[in-house]
Amino acid sequence: MKLIYLAWLRARIGCAEEEIDLPPGVKDVAGLLDWLRSRGSGYAEAVRDLSVVRVAVNQNYVGLEHPVREGDEIAVFPPVTGG
Amino acid sequence: MIRVQREDFDVGTELERLAAGNSRIGGVASFIGLVRDMSGDDRVSALTLEHYPGMTEKKLAEIETEAHRRWPLDAVLIIHRYGRLVPGDRIVLVAAASPHREAALAACQFLIDWLKTDAPFWKSEETPAGERWVGSRAEDEAAKQRWTTDPK
Repeated sequence: MKLIYLAWLRARIGCAEEEIDLPPGVKDVAGLLDWLRSRGSGYAEAVRDLSVVRVAVNQNYVGLEHPVREGDEIAVFPPVTGG
Repeated sequence: MIRVQREDFDVGTELERLAAGNSRIGGVASFIGLVRDMSGDDRVSALTLEHYPGMTEKKLAEIETEAHRRWPLDAVLIIHRYGRLVPGDRIVLVAAASPHREAALAACQFLIDWLKTDAPFWKSEETPAGERWVGSRAEDEAAKQRWTTDPK
């Protein structure tokens, strides 16, 4: 699966995107965020406060309970501020 | 029509093109978003807009489709820029064309309100205190909520 980090989440994590294998036991967005937090201080800091973290799976906004599967494109980013 | 681009655009040319060749259109309403030189009490010297290529175009197309579903529109235009911009620069142009003004004006406001909360863009601003990411505004979410009552 492809993980994409945008705006200040990218800056804190220190990379724009990465290809990973679906981690064992991860079934949904909440599980994926828990797994990300375990990967180091940059990740933990970036996804610590879920009130300022949004997730899109295959370019659709989703909630924490949304399933994640091998092959998904998953983007993690702050609330949008366009216009 | 949707365009996401780094370059500036000419408002007159874009609006003329939107209505060209369709004399059913009786009104074109437009909104232009510009870079402000202040953010709170801080002077802003530049703004950098980042987006999520692919999802941006998809969400803007959904907003366009939703506007067509809600109002009798002959044409919709959304142009949104990305990259580094300075105060006074154009960020976004939305426009709606319809036989009558009511639909054009309402759709134009709907387009910019939905774009603000649904299109995946982020701004970071350069201020005397350094560069910082702009936070989302509760007012923008409230502005979108007024459109949750479907007129149909």
